[in-house]
Amino acid sequence: MSSHDTPIVAKSQAQYEYDRHHNAVHMRKQVINFAIMIFFTFIAFAVVAADFSKYLIMPFVLLLAGVQVVLQLYSFMHLEDKKTHFGGVIGFFMWMGILIAFTFFLAFLTIIWW
Amino acid sequence: MSSYTQKKGFGAAVWDYITTVDHKKLAVMYLLAGTLFFAIAGFEALLMRIQLMKPNNDFVSAGFFNELLTMHGTTMLFLAATPLLFAFMNMLVPLQIGARDVAFPFLNSLGFWLFFLGAVFLHLSFFMGGAPDAGWTSYASLSLYSPGHGIDFYVLGLQISGAGTLISGLNFIVTIITMRAPGMTFMRMPLFTWTALVSSALILFAFPPLTIGLLMMLFDRMFGGNFFDHTMGGNTVIWEHLFWIFGHPEVYILVLPAFGLFSEIIPAFSRKRLFGYSSMVFATILIGFLGFMVWAHHMFTVGLGPTANAIFAVATMAIAVPTGMKVFNWILTIWGGSIKVTTPMLYALGFIPSFVAGGVTGVMQASAPLDYQLHDSYFIVAHFHYVIVGGIVTALFGSAHFYWPIFFNRMLNETLGKITFWVFFIGFHLTFFLQHFLGLMGMPRRVFTYMEGQGWDQFNYISTIGALMMGVGVILMVINCLMSIKGKPAGRDPWGDGRTLEWSIPQPIPFYNFRQTPLVRGLDPWWIEKQEGNKEVTFAEPLGDIHMPNNSAIPFVISLGMFIAAFGALYNPDADKPWSIYVLIIGLAITFGAMIARSVKDDHGFHLHKEEILEIEEHLYGKGGNK
Repeated sequence: MSSHDTPIVAKSQAQYEYDRHHNAVHMRKQVINFAIMIFFTFIAFAVVAADFSKYLIMPFVLLLAGVQVVLQLYSFMHLEDKKTHFGGVIGFFMWMGILIAFTFFLAFLTIIWW
Repeated sequence: MSSYTQKKGFGAAVWDYITTVDHKKLAVMYLLAGTLFFAIAGFEALLMRIQLMKPNNDFVSAGFFNELLTMHGTTMLFLAATPLLFAFMNMLVPLQIGARDVAFPFLNSLGFWLFFLGAVFLHLSFFMGGAPDAGWTSYASLSLYSPGHGIDFYVLGLQISGAGTLISGLNFIVTIITMRAPGMTFMRMPLFTWTALVSSALILFAFPPLTIGLLMMLFDRMFGGNFFDHTMGGNTVIWEHLFWIFGHPEVYILVLPAFGLFSEIIPAFSRKRLFGYSSMVFATILIGFLGFMVWAHHMFTVGLGPTANAIFAVATMAIAVPTGMKVFNWILTIWGGSIKVTTPMLYALGFIPSFVAGGVTGVMQASAPLDYQLHDSYFIVAHFHYVIVGGIVTALFGSAHFYWPIFFNRMLNETLGKITFWVFFIGFHLTFFLQHFLGLMGMPRRVFTYMEGQGWDQFNYISTIGALMMGVGVILMVINCLMSIKGKPAGRDPWGDGRTLEWSIPQPIPFYNFRQTPLVRGLDPWWIEKQEGNKEVTFAEPLGDIHMPNNSAIPFVISLGMFIAAFGALYNPDADKPWSIYVLIIGLAITFGAMIARSVKDDHGFHLHKEEILEIEEHLYGKGGNK
């Protein structure tokens, strides 16, 4: 936050309307994505409750989970904002997290058994 | 007279601390809370050592001994070492990077209150039917069958305080990446800030697995889930993996900031810039990354198979390389320096050999075949206490001396400090050095007593004497801190050897830290300015209005709601306590109500005007002084 004397700059009418429209579109997108995610969670529970075959439930729930991960990253964690500051640092953190999570995934698949 | 310069009454001061979002006040609160839990956990350790002083002792019962060892480990790691390091991170990181506060002051306060109330919740277990008793690792094969509510206290308390730690970790990452003063590039950041950044990144990646593990444990214990119950198709080893995926990085979360603190103390008192700065940064990041790739070395004896054991053994040994780089860099910083052996420097000199000893035994255990011999013996106890006491506690004590003037504008007594160091240091080696040999002689860890005639009696006796000396050392340290209340104001850069920005600020530090944002012209900016004969750092901007955050009671209310809800969740499985569901609902209602209040009402903070700044500075530093 700059500590210079804070200038108060009035927005032009065009700027105001542009911002308002932009915010409304953004908000609509967030709400729709949120609804989709709740719906997916509901379907996942429903499929299990409906007692379908194991070989249907497992790939189906994993597919829903994959879609949710993408929605989470792009919509709610703003991965779609390419213009943001510190994009390189954010990218570094993302890939580091993916690499570490992949290690756990691999380990759980290979060295845990029943 | 403005409200900033008026004296406050006691009630107003308490309210100020409950609602504060100032990183310096939160640092003091972390320091006090951490010291409280450090004292409690230290007392538990003393009780255990007294029990083990002679064979067949009956000072405490076997069950209570289990509670003591569990609470000692849990408290020391989650509720003493973490908050004490957070105290230094909170105080120093914004000052070192030239910021007026952390990126999210509100979340900083929320993180503290979640940690503190979670910790209080966990400790209430002692008075409410027994503490957790399955060890700090709480392996599912023990904890699922532990009677009473002890483990439930562990699960819920750690869940709440873990959320606080995660929030604080995120806050530090954002602060360090986005709030650096002009000229403070990544490769000019003080090493403590670097270690705080890497350590916070580890918190970000390590705490979610713990949260998942605790949640599964909660389901198993309260709702009849079977994640870890092998008789119902679950697998107890999953808990061990989840715990150690968190637990091993946790060790680095604690030790990296300790490394960072010594990387500030050693150059200051060697009067030389840190040797190999860029290699120190590289080593810090590498340790952080490798820390995630080695968790299964805690589980060699589980039976992962030779391939997995070999991979994790080699990965673990690889960590010795960047750690060795750090040790050599510290030694080469001291080499040829104009050394002043002050109390912080004494702790640093004691730290290097002690920590290396802990590291060497760590590499020994990394060798899987040898680990089969050492596993669950006192050798392990000796190893990790060498790392944690020799590495982290010496860092905390040394930097308490070093940074006391930044915290409180007072110096700690140097003579008493040196006496404290020797009492504590000798006590530490007496306690833990012999435990290596107890382990090699076959004494298992976590036993409440042992039979005589196994050759363990004398070493255990000496170990207890050492523990008492450590206790005396801690008491001397506390006396020193209390004595400093009566001390004279220390003033700016009281050691005369400060290198980084935090020493450039006039004392007492005004609540906005920097009247004008500093311009950073290189590594060790305050040292550069002093070399050029400047009395102030170069400013990056003219004097102007400062934007500051408002205080808020909402973080406390959110945390209090979680605290209340935890009691409801704890007693909910009991058939004779139907009221518990209402407690749960009321608690969650308080939390969500407070969160909604926060969301609905925008809080833009306030502006501190130029005239008010001048008035505050005149009040703090006298007329015309320190302009």
